[in-house]
Amino acid sequence: MVQKQFKVVAETGIHARPATMLVQAASKFDSEIHLEYKEKKVNLKSIMGVMSLGIGQGADITIFAEGSDEQDALNTLEEALKKEGLAE
Amino acid sequence: MGFLQGIAASNGIAIAKAYKLVEPDFSFEKRTIEAPAEEIARFQSALQTSKAELEKIRDHAGTALGADKAAIFDAHLLVLSDPELISPIEDKIKTENVNAEQALKETADMFIGMFESMDNEYMKERAADIRDVTKRVLAHLLGIQIPNPSLIAEEVVIVAEDLTPSDTAQLNRQFVKGFTTNIGGRTSHSAIMARSMEIPAVVGTKTATEEINNGDIVVVDGLKGEVHFNPTPEVLEAYKKVQEDFEKQKAEWAKLVNEKSVTADGHHVELAANIGTPKDLKGVVENGGEAVGLYRTEFLYMDRDQLPTEEEQYTAYKAVLEGMEGKPVVVRTLDIGGDKELPYLNLPKEMNPFLGFRAIRLCLEEVEIFRTQLRALLRASVHGNLKVMFPMIATLNEFREAKAMLEEEKAKLVEEGIEVAEHIELGIMVEIPSTAVLADQFAKEVDFFSIGTNDLIQYTMAADRMNQQVSYLYQPYNPSILRLVKMVIDAAHKEGKWAGMCGEMAGDETAIPILLGLGLDEFSMSASSILKARSLIRNLNKADMEKLASDVLNMSTTEEVVEAVNQAISL
Repeated sequence: MVQKQFKVVAETGIHARPATMLVQAASKFDSEIHLEYKEKKVNLKSIMGVMSLGIGQGADITIFAEGSDEQDALNTLEEALKKEGLAE
Repeated sequence: MGFLQGIAASNGIAIAKAYKLVEPDFSFEKRTIEAPAEEIARFQSALQTSKAELEKIRDHAGTALGADKAAIFDAHLLVLSDPELISPIEDKIKTENVNAEQALKETADMFIGMFESMDNEYMKERAADIRDVTKRVLAHLLGIQIPNPSLIAEEVVIVAEDLTPSDTAQLNRQFVKGFTTNIGGRTSHSAIMARSMEIPAVVGTKTATEEINNGDIVVVDGLKGEVHFNPTPEVLEAYKKVQEDFEKQKAEWAKLVNEKSVTADGHHVELAANIGTPKDLKGVVENGGEAVGLYRTEFLYMDRDQLPTEEEQYTAYKAVLEGMEGKPVVVRTLDIGGDKELPYLNLPKEMNPFLGFRAIRLCLEEVEIFRTQLRALLRASVHGNLKVMFPMIATLNEFREAKAMLEEEKAKLVEEGIEVAEHIELGIMVEIPSTAVLADQFAKEVDFFSIGTNDLIQYTMAADRMNQQVSYLYQPYNPSILRLVKMVIDAAHKEGKWAGMCGEMAGDETAIPILLGLGLDEFSMSASSILKARSLIRNLNKADMEKLASDVLNMSTTEEVVEAVNQAISL
């Protein structure tokens, strides 16, 4: 299993549009991918799970990936987060 | 045959088959099922059909409304692929032996409840998204057709309870010939949309959706506010004639597209258009608008989940300024609050939103929002003839404060080496009685006034324009209103400034003769009203209208005023 922590910098946090983008990216991988925020862990392939966290600016989030393509998945998600200016 | 009386919302006659845009019946019973595997297959098939449909709608929205709006449907599609939604439903079918409808409803309700209970307006709205998409799946399970206006492919009249902005955005102008709704008034969203789409509409019929059936032949008389369904051959023939006459009349008006708006005795006034988005420019040009008298910038902020960036705003303002090719464009800064809410700002609910924290009051407090808009406007100013006006000004200090911020942003831009137009006229909306009464003082500092009659009337009469029970107090021709209008126009002229009007009243046939007589310089209205107004003005004498205006100012009731105008025009 691989994991990495990020800090959300986007002013609006992770709202509908960024959440859509993240879930779309995560769904392309076979690995189990989870997102943790404030000790709550949700399936990152679940749009409702991600939105239910209500992640705002300044939040510390951790992404976990476990499976055959875990590293690839984590790298892709990291790239997506940074490219969209969501987190660093 | 049947007949309904409503409110005429948009001119013209439409005759076509009814297409009802109403919520179907989603009721079903909980059942115990024998073969869970088959039930799951049935669920999966409904899911797939729903996804295919949503993809179609998304693609259509993408071409019709832009990628921005289509993104909403991407989120909806993800909900239908969400493992946290799908697995519990399938588990329920398997372990509890319930039908798919029941399993879907229970699971969706759990999520809807969860989002609704969140302490955040934005999250609460997500509950509506989930309700919306799961309803589509439920419809397929039940074999019900959800009306889908974006897929209409024959001439129709839309019959609905009310039309929301997203409903109207999906309507195809080629096939939708008119519409009628149960609720709404002259200034409701659906009515404004109908006028900008230039299709006949009658709103406020109360019972249209109950009495009219899909496929009925419907006549929408947007001139008189009447709706006839399944008319007798005689009525139908008569309406075909009225429709023909109206088209001829419109063709006559169309000849005035490039003509000046001059009275018979040679007095020129400016006929301008009210717009909400750069897309509305087409209508302005086609109807011979001489300016944009009101660009409502709040549409840039609505139907989205965060504030528009400076760049997005700049692009929109630039498009409008360039589209008008040097003709004046009056941009109203953000007018939010009252009946127009922005969920993502998380503003507190108010007891009296129309008397509350809105428009310039909000902008002077939420300074960053305001400054971003001012910067975008200033940067766009080099692309045309920009004039800026502030809404809901009640005191001179508010105007001075707003002006100072604009000057500061201007100085900053100049320092950054960004080009800004040398002189930008700065004006205010006059919609609060205190401002109308003190117009002589305001006129010394502003470059122009634009009278916002919808609000000026509601504040002067102390009558909420959303409240049906006091709608009789919406009296544009009441001498009290006319006197306020006169005070504003006279005050402007005394200081060598101009006065315009951008409320409903500016395009009203009864009001125009009086306003002309009072000396109003600019009339800003729905683009579709411009040619009719021009035709009227060209037949009037300014001198006669001055006499009329001075007469009606001394009358005591609305009825007397209307009577006097009717007599004066028919002379």
